[in-house]
Amino acid sequence: MFRPTKPIDQSGLTEHRALVEAINRRGVLRGAVSLGALTMLTGCDVSENDSVQQALRTVSAWNDRVQEAIFRPHHLAPTYRASQVAKPPRFNAHFSIDEVKPIDGVSWQLELAGRIADKRSWTAQQLYQLPEQEIIIRHVCVEGWDYIGQWSGPNLRAFLERVGADLTAKYIYFICNDDFTESIDMATALHPQTILATKYAGDRLADPFGYPLRLRTSTKLGYKNAKWIKAIEVTNDYRETFWSKQGFNWFAGI
Amino acid sequence: MSTATIESSAPTGHRLHPVALRIMHWINAVAIFIMIGSGWKIYNDDAIFGFHFPDAVVIGKWAQYGLQWHFFGMWIFVLNGLAYLSYGIASGRFRQKLFPISLGEILATVGDALRLRLSHDNLTHYNAVQKILYLGVMLIGVLIVISGLALWKPVQFSELADLFGDFQTIRLVHFLCMSAIVAFIVVHVSLALLVPKSLLAMVTGGPTVDEAKPRSTVASPIEATP
Repeated sequence: MFRPTKPIDQSGLTEHRALVEAINRRGVLRGAVSLGALTMLTGCDVSENDSVQQALRTVSAWNDRVQEAIFRPHHLAPTYRASQVAKPPRFNAHFSIDEVKPIDGVSWQLELAGRIADKRSWTAQQLYQLPEQEIIIRHVCVEGWDYIGQWSGPNLRAFLERVGADLTAKYIYFICNDDFTESIDMATALHPQTILATKYAGDRLADPFGYPLRLRTSTKLGYKNAKWIKAIEVTNDYRETFWSKQGFNWFAGI
Repeated sequence: MSTATIESSAPTGHRLHPVALRIMHWINAVAIFIMIGSGWKIYNDDAIFGFHFPDAVVIGKWAQYGLQWHFFGMWIFVLNGLAYLSYGIASGRFRQKLFPISLGEILATVGDALRLRLSHDNLTHYNAVQKILYLGVMLIGVLIVISGLALWKPVQFSELADLFGDFQTIRLVHFLCMSAIVAFIVVHVSLALLVPKSLLAMVTGGPTVDEAKPRSTVASPIEATP
């Protein structure tokens, strides 16, 4: 009785067939991982009326703009003592920890694309040479749990400046292992507590937490902090990302 | 002069529940319904206590839908709530209906209630327990919004979040506020169903009350006699 009327509408399946096929083309369907994602996508489609979902996503997009407006670019998130750090950090992804596919850090390279002057790719060793910034911040998951984490690696703003990125562009887009995607707004990318993390609690990142490179920002919910980054693109084009396609709020600021 | 006399003796006062108030009441009912149902869905993703809300009573089949509903409902709840509080304060309604509250009156009301002697003949007068419950649920409503803001933006509003303590404390406060509102709704709806004319009054407006005598013209013959 508490649930709004949501007729089971099979037309939702056809509505998103293009999207599901697009995912298929990108090869995401190959792993068991992505079967889980597919279940979620199709599950969503039949469970909620399309027009209701459209209206709710319109409100969610409005909420993106509100969050952008209240974002304080120089306001620092609270930081914590090393003694409060959770070890190891809490794992969370759209698959279980056993299904993590480790990246070979020797052959791995970070690709750069879009509005960047120097698009030469970076090896892990080259990234390790960059000055490191350490932040001990709270990780807040959209599910409700949280923990204190100690992350270090190059400051994202410093990195973007170094490679000649257009800092007036709107978005930083991350392409990760298994075609996972995530993006953040430029204001967040330039926030002093946004880093490309290569270490946790002073040690190299472990495989489940994004080795060799992940995003860590103090101003976003956990799911925005892309792990296993393969490429960074600076762009003015808004694109839906892995989680936003499924209906999670895109801005996801905290 | 004679016309003035006629006017003041005719029932020209406003309804017990003016139309603006009734509209805000029912908008609030819908908003609360959305916020609680979707809030329970969000809670289920990381239960604070050892239980989950059954799927049949939550709003949103998936976590993201619960979140979408919650961050849609919040606008209705907050904007309507602000309008309601402004109206209640500016019109003098809160002052007239909810104050003063005396300790003696509270004890008397509780005594009457225990002896099942509470009178509902006069809808325009709230007893002390009603006054406390209505005031209390409004304060809880304010607190649930403030704790919600701190939960939504613990970094942007870190000064606010710090007042509560750590993140899980904010969640707990938000949850307890919800529990208090649910308890209020149980009592409020039960009593409205037991005294159907009070429910009807929130739809049709109820009896006409004299502006100058908020205690009502209908139920009190002594006041009506010159």
